[in-house]
Amino acid sequence: MRATSLKPFVRSFHLAAWLGWQIESNWADPFLFAIYSIIKPVSAAAILVVMYSVITHGNFAAPIFSYIYLGNAFYIFVGQVMTGISWAVIDDREHYKTMKYLYIAPVHFPTYLLGRGVARFIIAAFSVLITILFGVLFLKVQIDLTEVNWLLFFVSLMIGVIMLAMMGLILAGVLMLLVHHEFGIGDAIAGALYLFSGAVFPLEVLPTSLRWIGFVNPITYWLELLRRSLVGQVAQAFPTLSTLSNMQILIILITLSITFTIISGYCFRWCENLARERGLIDVVTNY
Amino acid sequence: MHFAIETQNLCRIYKIRGGKKTEPKELLALEDVNLQIRHGELFGLLGPNGAGKTTLIKILTTLLAPTSGSAIVAGFDVVKNPEKVRPRINMVSGGESSGYGLLTVRENLWMFSQFYGIPSNIANQRIKQLLDIVGLSDRINSKSSDLSTGLRQKMNVVRGFLTDPDVLFLDEPTLGLDVGASREIRHFIRKWIDDDQTRTLLLTTHYMVEADELCDRVAIINQGRVLACDTPATLKHRLQGEAIYRMEVSPLNGTNLQDFESIAGVHKVTHRAQDGFSILELILAQDDVISSVVNTMTAGNIHILNLQKREPTLEDVFVDLVGKSIEEMESDADIEST
Ligand SMILES: Nc1ncnc2c1ncn2[C@@H]1O[C@H](COP(=O)(O)OP(=O)(O)OP(=O)(O)O)[C@@H](O)[C@H]1O
Ligand SMILES: [Mg+2]
Repeated sequence: MRATSLKPFVRSFHLAAWLGWQIESNWADPFLFAIYSIIKPVSAAAILVVMYSVITHGNFAAPIFSYIYLGNAFYIFVGQVMTGISWAVIDDREHYKTMKYLYIAPVHFPTYLLGRGVARFIIAAFSVLITILFGVLFLKVQIDLTEVNWLLFFVSLMIGVIMLAMMGLILAGVLMLLVHHEFGIGDAIAGALYLFSGAVFPLEVLPTSLRWIGFVNPITYWLELLRRSLVGQVAQAFPTLSTLSNMQILIILITLSITFTIISGYCFRWCENLARERGLIDVVTNY
Repeated sequence: MHFAIETQNLCRIYKIRGGKKTEPKELLALEDVNLQIRHGELFGLLGPNGAGKTTLIKILTTLLAPTSGSAIVAGFDVVKNPEKVRPRINMVSGGESSGYGLLTVRENLWMFSQFYGIPSNIANQRIKQLLDIVGLSDRINSKSSDLSTGLRQKMNVVRGFLTDPDVLFLDEPTLGLDVGASREIRHFIRKWIDDDQTRTLLLTTHYMVEADELCDRVAIINQGRVLACDTPATLKHRLQGEAIYRMEVSPLNGTNLQDFESIAGVHKVTHRAQDGFSILELILAQDDVISSVVNTMTAGNIHILNLQKREPTLEDVFVDLVGKSIEEMESDADIEST
């Protein structure tokens, strides 16, 4: 009985992931794929490196360099996962015009959207890996593989990805209600949160009145844990969370992630109902 | 007995937001719609552009919430239990090209069948059969982006039948298809219903012939209200007492038309301008009224090119109920919108 009741969820997720992969990997030219998933993130990292070297007069040996470099690399997940999930709303509704047919099918719609994000997650993981390898090989980013806390790394990575997916779902709900100019909203939000996540500079740099955003932003804790798990205690180069132990940060991350999961569940359902009331499930704008 | 589709006082109001400051305008798209559609019925909704046909289908397929009233489809309330309705229905709207262009025809259809949990081998078998019926089987492995609009629509029609729903909704399924393809699809629709008495199909159209020849029962809908609902034969029977004539005459203008309408015994006149002549359709109280019409024409120096008496059609029923033909209403709307 339980198995059968889970079936629609598994189906929705699995097919959506398959479809998402067909769409994302539909590169007419493998060269474009390389640009998209390798050259773009690496060049973004390179810009950061140049800025860093100008500011610090090329002090790449300082532990803070690895810290910044890794924060920036893992941040790739934020944009890709949130955009992957929320963009499916626009893509299916406006571009493929299939959203109404999916919506009236026995599909669990939020699960479907989460599935659509899987492909972007895989591409993001690939970009992150390439970026880090590039840093280790050419920029002296110091990761000692024997010192890495793998358990902490994978647990934090997993929780973080779920947390990002839930944020993506909130965004997807909002996009269902917006009819015009939704371009790149996922990237825009990811970009805005970049400043409030301690990715490349500590929250202390922010004006006091805005700092709280960084403290309620689960991404802040997620990045901190990833960095600590990879480069150890030396990673506490930013003062922000240095008084907290790994376990304390993990607990905060889990608590915030659960909170976001609950919020996104309610928020998505609320948006979906409103979209259905306003007749927005199948609107087509001529963009 | 319970129905495949039953609506109670269904209403839908659209709020149309203009500028930021202006109050939203309200548009009554459906008003107190009460329909009862039996299992095994092929039911047609006939009405001009903007009548509310698509709005009704959207509500019945759980895409749109009604403003008030309720609807039961395949045994469940569309507002309270949409997730119970969805596995039992499917819908196709004509005149649009939907689908994932980068997937092949087979992949598109297969994916949708899988959302409904149809075993893959059965789905593949049905896909082949249905593509054969709509004459698309030679394109099964084409990317759907390579199909013309009409061929994509055929694929979309196949998607609707593929899941073998209890209740199938077709919103203008033959819109934009050529004559041959339309006929094949109408033929298949009829056969699909006749093959299994548990199936129910609701289609909308503004083609009179489609409603007349295809449907078991027809509801005539205009400006959100159901004006009549019966079998095409019974609807036409309403006009049995009246005489219907079709005339081709030298070009008319509006003032002439009023002259005819004021003749005693003339119930309705509709007018269509053609290249170099006019077509008049007249609903008369009885046959001998035609002589007064002919007299008025001769007096007004109008030449009669052709005169025929004919059997009533659904078109006449529509004119009788609304006062205008669907064609006239749609050309009026075109003039207003330009
Ligand atoms: N999303 C919407 N927002 C505002 N008004 C709408 C919306 N959808 C439909 N309407 C209006 O509601 C009325 C009914 O529209 P509907 O699409 O149901 O008509 P229809 O019978 O399907 O017409 P057609 O034959 O042109 O498809 C029309 O006046 C239309 O302009
Ligand atoms: Mg319509």
